[in-house]
Amino acid sequence: MKKRKFGLVLSLALAAGTILGACGNGDKKDEGTAKDGGDKESKFSVAMVTDVGGVDDKSFNQSAWEGLKAFGSENGLEQGKGGYDYLQSKSDADYATNLNKLAREDFSLIFGIGFKLKADVDTIAKQQKDVHFGIIDDVVEQPNVVSVLFKEQEAAFLAGVAAAKTTKTNHIGFIGGMESPVIERFEAGFLAGIQAVNPDIKVDVHYTGAFDKADLGKATAAQMYSSGADVIFHAAGGTGNGLFTEAKDLKKKDPKREIWAIGVDSDQSGEGVVEIDGKEHNVIITSAMKGVSHAVQDISKKSMEGNFPGGETIVYGLAEDGVSLAPINEEVTTKADIETAVKEWTDKIKNGDITVPGTLDELANFKAE
Amino acid sequence: MDYVIEMLGIRKEFPGIVANDNITLQVKKGEIHALLGENGAGKSTLMNVLFGLYQPEQGEIKVKGKSVKITNPNIANDLGIGMVHQHFMLVDPFTVTENIILGSEITKGGKIDIKTAEKKVSEISEKYGLAVDPRAKIQDISVGMQQRVEILKTLYRGAEILIFDEPTAVLTPQEIHELIQIMKTLIKEGKSIILITHKLKEIMEVCDRVTVIRKGVGIGTVNVSETNPNDLASLMVGREVTFKTEKIEASPKQEVLQIQDLRVKDARGLPAINGLDLTIRAGEIVGIAGVDGNGQTELLEAITGLRKSESGSILLNGKEIRNFSPRKVTESGVGHIPQDRHKHGLVLDFPIGENMVLQTYYQKPYSNGGILNYKEIYKKAKGLIDEFDVRTPSEFTPARALSGGNQQKAIIGREVDRNPDLLIAAQPTRGLDVGAIEFIHKRLIEQRDNGKAVLLLSFELDEVMNVSDRIAVIYEGQIVAIVDPKETTEQELGLLMAGSKRKEAGE
Amino acid sequence: MSSRMKNIIVPILAVLLGIIVGTIIMLITGYDAGAAFIALWDGAFGDIYYTGETIRQVTPYILAGLAVGFAFKTGLFNIGVEGQLIVGWLAAVWVGVAFELPKFIHLPLAVLAAAAAGALWAFIPGLLKAKFRVHEVIVTIMMNYIALHVANYIIRTVLSEKSDRTADVFPSASLRSPFLEGLTDYSRLHWGIIVALICVFIMWFILEKTSRGYELKAVGFNQHASEYAGMSVKSNIILSMVISGAFAGLAGAMEGLGTFGYASIRGGFTGVGFDGIAVALLGGNTPIGIILAAVLFGSLKVGALNMPLEAGVPNELVDIIIALIVFFVAASYMIRIFIDRIGKKGAK
Repeated sequence: MKKRKFGLVLSLALAAGTILGACGNGDKKDEGTAKDGGDKESKFSVAMVTDVGGVDDKSFNQSAWEGLKAFGSENGLEQGKGGYDYLQSKSDADYATNLNKLAREDFSLIFGIGFKLKADVDTIAKQQKDVHFGIIDDVVEQPNVVSVLFKEQEAAFLAGVAAAKTTKTNHIGFIGGMESPVIERFEAGFLAGIQAVNPDIKVDVHYTGAFDKADLGKATAAQMYSSGADVIFHAAGGTGNGLFTEAKDLKKKDPKREIWAIGVDSDQSGEGVVEIDGKEHNVIITSAMKGVSHAVQDISKKSMEGNFPGGETIVYGLAEDGVSLAPINEEVTTKADIETAVKEWTDKIKNGDITVPGTLDELANFKAE
Repeated sequence: MDYVIEMLGIRKEFPGIVANDNITLQVKKGEIHALLGENGAGKSTLMNVLFGLYQPEQGEIKVKGKSVKITNPNIANDLGIGMVHQHFMLVDPFTVTENIILGSEITKGGKIDIKTAEKKVSEISEKYGLAVDPRAKIQDISVGMQQRVEILKTLYRGAEILIFDEPTAVLTPQEIHELIQIMKTLIKEGKSIILITHKLKEIMEVCDRVTVIRKGVGIGTVNVSETNPNDLASLMVGREVTFKTEKIEASPKQEVLQIQDLRVKDARGLPAINGLDLTIRAGEIVGIAGVDGNGQTELLEAITGLRKSESGSILLNGKEIRNFSPRKVTESGVGHIPQDRHKHGLVLDFPIGENMVLQTYYQKPYSNGGILNYKEIYKKAKGLIDEFDVRTPSEFTPARALSGGNQQKAIIGREVDRNPDLLIAAQPTRGLDVGAIEFIHKRLIEQRDNGKAVLLLSFELDEVMNVSDRIAVIYEGQIVAIVDPKETTEQELGLLMAGSKRKEAGE
Repeated sequence: MSSRMKNIIVPILAVLLGIIVGTIIMLITGYDAGAAFIALWDGAFGDIYYTGETIRQVTPYILAGLAVGFAFKTGLFNIGVEGQLIVGWLAAVWVGVAFELPKFIHLPLAVLAAAAAGALWAFIPGLLKAKFRVHEVIVTIMMNYIALHVANYIIRTVLSEKSDRTADVFPSASLRSPFLEGLTDYSRLHWGIIVALICVFIMWFILEKTSRGYELKAVGFNQHASEYAGMSVKSNIILSMVISGAFAGLAGAMEGLGTFGYASIRGGFTGVGFDGIAVALLGGNTPIGIILAAVLFGSLKVGALNMPLEAGVPNELVDIIIALIVFFVAASYMIRIFIDRIGKKGAK
């Protein structure tokens, strides 16, 4: 009796599987014909693979995804296959699988967001020669890969100027994610900017070792604020969200205290809003913006127009509008002062009057005038 | 008739076996009713049916004349049925009161009202002469006291009918005596008792009537006043049983074990053995009698290498083995039937066959260059299982699945087979039924007759007196007397065990 | 129902239950459950490439499962597989980048270095447990963090010049195989799966065929009886941890010499070591069970990546569904009770 029941269940399950399977195949076929018979050439599609941060990291990955979304809606693409899409990576091992998956789904251009994907983009670009790839923040020398670098140090330099013009305690903090060339550019630029305004300012530098640990960011920020720093800049992705939380918490406790933070990658001012006694405050002075969004859109556009800059390394700096400083917070008393200084340094950098150091070695030899 | 409990025609099956077949048990109000049967006869199953842990396939249960369905222990509790388990169900770090109220806590505004509970526990304790301190922690009180806590637990929940499951298995003679007094008090106060046991002496001493089951079948109910231990034993086993262990006179030869001035500390670092001397010769059985906790365990552990001793000497065949590792002691020619067969004697999750080589697995032919030879292992196991009449479906059955008696037979087979010069048997018959006890005693005497030295530790005075050739009484870590079992009495032994100075007995 | 039968049916039911509850959740939240599960299947086996990736992911899972399972057989809970994996990974890559040797020496040397490093990392908690009765769970958890940060430090300072990753290991130390990659359409499938299967055999052989395995199991089941029988409980505890750690270290070698070919600075744990606990549990700590459980986890892990793109199911929901399956597997005790109930009623 029992056996027969089990048999029935089994056969039902099998039947269901077959039917579903058939449906699945049917769908695929439809899409296939649409793609083949239709405008395959003109149908441009683009996708990206995040690093472990994910598209809601309020930073780097999110910025890239927003760029793709903007590009998609501008050009009437839909999210999904044949339009624009992203895949999120849960571990380092997923980068290759995700990149490969997108290549297999015939996306025309695939971005790897972050230097962590460099090795996998390199390998897969060799294997999938017909697909175009983009790597952000690192260089892959393959004919079908465009490498995108930013002069983060230039935006960070301006952030440093803003920080130095804001601090009352002459004590500033820097929170890095993991030590890497990119974050080093942020650090070197930031330190140079501070130094340019006032070489006597004390700067605490700390690396948390992770881009996705907000708790670590909060703890580090707490330690820096309590030791006297009143402005902290982070280049630590999701970890930096902990900095904002800590700054807001402190502000709430003591609204009179000068507590400031500086955001990174995108304009993070939305993260700094804190309501005290019915009044909104914002603890974020400004953000060192890295135009990942802009770069992604720019390359997608070129690529769609048939001008994919394969094999090239494109460097986005202040001059190319690839990096910039977000608008200065109204609450900062020295706002006008900062804006003047920022304007002045921006011009100098754009004109090539000074070269902002991109490494700590360069920083050692750096002299503002 | 005025029955408080009637179980009529109960049948309970488990896959493959009928544990209870048409058993009828009727308990009168105010009586102590024994439920007698060998291990595995189905006593516990029947009581678990009554307590609501099992559902019977057939039969009817009536409580105070009313037909009831007991589907879980809570219903049994509500009907006034309480069970004093053989293995206590107590939380060690909790106090007596906390254990008693566990599951039926009185709360006052969300907080446990421990004061009221303590008062109530005190009252009950006094009423039945239990003398339990409601604030003592379980871990600090003796086994006998713990059992009283179990009794209190059932009384606290308003039990009218108390089931005692093998209550004397873990008790010393004194504690047994006190327990019997408690039972009598309970009856006087109007309770009824079902006593699960296989000890005929206890039945004769306290019970009014006895229901016998054998191999799952009800044999019948008799009045204790109209029967005798021999009749009960044959009812239980189904054949004639001899009580006196038959043995020829011992002929002791050379000294096998010589212990001199041995000092051992217990687990808490307190002295447990204080300058103990003991000699055992080839061809004799020396029994150790004593109240539990007087250093018996530490003595055996020191001999077998499980516990380091402080000083003294232990000579085996003239060679020092003190503070040898257990393996070296074993290899020197010591066999050990441990007190707790589940804890020390067997790896319960191993097949019984693999348990047969627990000390010898690394030797040839069982192991060759580190690779086990299962063929040899199971060949050996099969031989021992047959020789020692271990009843098991196969040698591949996990040891856990065997009954206590068969587990013990397996251990004895294993130890005897290694042919040790000294065989230590610690409580070898604990919890076993008459048939198995008889078998084990025969085997011990056989070893003696083969010229081996046997050290027997038992808390059953009967056993010590029956089997031993000499009895060494242990008290506070010393042998305080050596007596001849033929010339001593239980009373004398009891006094010696309680520490009264030995006068002229024996020698 | 025989216990053997139950051991097979329980995990299967657990997976089915996970799928059913996952389906309900997807239906409630308005996603196409059928499409989602087809995407899951396709993402794991729908294409030779995915099959290759799945096997690649299964490889370290098998070894991590063996590591947990082996310790468990001896009554130890090695929660430090993650840390042992990381040091194994580091050691393998270190040997892989430090010099170039003929492949038949270099590759075994790198693999053995990983096993040795993992073994050493597990030896410490084993020693502390045996000598001072420090609980292995606490020590191994702490050792995980030490492993993570020490490895990061060594990668940054010794194995690279302040970079976030080492160089690629020399081909002579690589487990990668153009043959297997070609066979599976450029998946990262590597020879490690052979290593993993050999280790399954080794675990089975040690536990079932050797007198050492007999001791280890005896100590696991009953320390008192083992001591009584003359076995050294302490040395068996240490040995068990060492063997367990060696398996974990090999899992690291699979990543270091196979999947990645380098070691990089990590912000957090790989998770493979922790998944190994679930693999061992689901596989009932038996060699064959561990293989099957590793295949399940590997295919879930790889297949799930396909769900957002193919079926439009958001990542979060995918995580929930995977977690549900794991949950029901872990809660298989419940299912056992349930089966017993049904069995009882059926018998009536």
